[in-house]
Amino acid sequence: MTSLKVFVIARLLLVIPTILLLVSLVFFIMRVMPGDPVIAIVGMKAPPERILELRKALGLVDESGNPIPLPIQYFNYLANLFRGDFGRSLIWGKRPVLVEIMEHLPATIELAMAGFLVSIILGVTLGTIGGWKGGKMSSAVKIYSAITYALFIPWIGMMLQLLFAVWLKVLPVGGRIDPGLEPPMITGLYLLDSILTGRWDSFVSALRHIILPSLTLGLVISGVFSRVARTSVEEIMRQDFVIAARARGIPEHRLVVHILRNAFIPIMTMMGLQLALLMTGAILTETTFSWPGMGTFLFERIEYRDYTTVQGTVVFFAIIISVINLVVDILYAYIDPRIRY
Amino acid sequence: MYTFRPILVKLVPKVRLSILGWAGAGMVALTVFLAIFAPLLTPYDPTKAVGPSLQPPCWEYPLGTNKIGQDMWSRIVYGARTILIVVLLSTVISMLIGVPLGLISGYAGGLLDRILSMIMDAIYAFPSLILAIAMAAALGPGILNTAISIAIVYVPTYFRMVRGQTLSIKEQLYVEAARAIGANHTTILISYIFPNVISIITVVFTLSVADVVLTEAALSFFGLSVPAPTPDWGFDLKAGHPYLLSGYWWLVTFPGLMIMILAVGFTFIGESVAEYFQAREVRT
Repeated sequence: MTSLKVFVIARLLLVIPTILLLVSLVFFIMRVMPGDPVIAIVGMKAPPERILELRKALGLVDESGNPIPLPIQYFNYLANLFRGDFGRSLIWGKRPVLVEIMEHLPATIELAMAGFLVSIILGVTLGTIGGWKGGKMSSAVKIYSAITYALFIPWIGMMLQLLFAVWLKVLPVGGRIDPGLEPPMITGLYLLDSILTGRWDSFVSALRHIILPSLTLGLVISGVFSRVARTSVEEIMRQDFVIAARARGIPEHRLVVHILRNAFIPIMTMMGLQLALLMTGAILTETTFSWPGMGTFLFERIEYRDYTTVQGTVVFFAIIISVINLVVDILYAYIDPRIRY
Repeated sequence: MYTFRPILVKLVPKVRLSILGWAGAGMVALTVFLAIFAPLLTPYDPTKAVGPSLQPPCWEYPLGTNKIGQDMWSRIVYGARTILIVVLLSTVISMLIGVPLGLISGYAGGLLDRILSMIMDAIYAFPSLILAIAMAAALGPGILNTAISIAIVYVPTYFRMVRGQTLSIKEQLYVEAARAIGANHTTILISYIFPNVISIITVVFTLSVADVVLTEAALSFFGLSVPAPTPDWGFDLKAGHPYLLSGYWWLVTFPGLMIMILAVGFTFIGESVAEYFQAREVRT
């Protein structure tokens, strides 16, 4: 068996305990909390039937109202998850949590992708300039990286809203698209769907809506890329081949291409590592711009104390992140033969 | 009696800050100053309605008033207390759990080390804000609960660094010498290894504290931190957001600006400290 196959199998096996640990963590966090969750949801004065109904919904008691011991609850929970059952919402007609997640996921993916694009363009450009010019430019980019890392997404979002939506009135303040312009559902990504179906009015509307949120998200993550791009360009500039190329009189604009090609390996590595940050960032961005994705959904359900949905959503995030990490690791092992067990 | 001890390391290692670091220290100092002297700096009670609703900044209310008529300046100054207390408390909790576990795990090795590392790696892989949100939603509002929710997220950061450092230190000659003269495990851990992980704890602290600030702000933005009417920047930012559309800019501008100043300040210090330790490692 090749070493790559060994790596892939070992990495696949490792993802099982990781996911198990994460979902267990979520279960125990949500269960072993002080106070009674049911009372927290409906209040002290709720009728006993309603309390019993909620206890059943949360899997705390069985059909006849007898309490289920914690280990059995845990086992039931894992068994349900294994079957792809993330539970049902405590409100809104007790809809399956997974169905609701799937409704909100495309919006988050679209925003995350747009934000990612903005951050790479912004970060790599600035980082390359900083590394290329050196001196004061390099310091300026260094400060830029430090500041963007510490930006508080909702505030940046609100400042952009204030400037572009309230004062200049050139862009919408929030939402994903103008009402009634939603393109026919194909992938759930409005920008892509509107192109596929040729609905240009939808495309323009979706584009106008995504500018501010993706700029906010992209700005915050761009610092990571500008840092990596700057340090790796600086490092490559010192290498012999650059000196040799300069000695041979190769024009600077052609040298940039060679340097960037080398710098892209560390930048690529960084991209994979930023996906978790992207998810976290998307949640805050969505809440600020009323973007109807996972973040807004999670926030709304926390406010309504819809515990099963909150739990299901958090577990979903845990699984997604584990899978993304898995894919990224395997991709790296594929690209770079030095990464092996 | 002569006791055989490695170099006595001061609890706070000497660090030389760059200009950037000093700028950051200034920003943090400003916030600490506001927090300590809050009663002297504010004319009004931050939790009570003291003026007209939604008054723009003026001589009487320097940063305006909010919907309920609370003075924004007073809320911002007292808000510094809330965020600093939560940040301090959660950092202490993370350290109290992460550092000893890291020391023991790295020193003991074996199965214990594997299990602990695996749990910590799982928590580390989790998107930090989502984990903190889940914790805070489960625990309910309050300063201690918020601090615990944030602390859990940063335990693995301390654990991993301290464990890594312990792994390399325990192979050093002076530790072997200590074992040879009959020092027991506790003595070796506390007197020989711990002093040498302090510098790494400082680096981890300075690098993660800005993140802690942003996580607290995010939790309070989600309404999961301290209950109203306690002044809290993230909460005020959220509360002011609906009025942004009507042009009441002061409700969101100032609380957010304070979060930024504190987070950027800590980041600058962190950059500077990390750079200092890196430079020192290269020299020695």
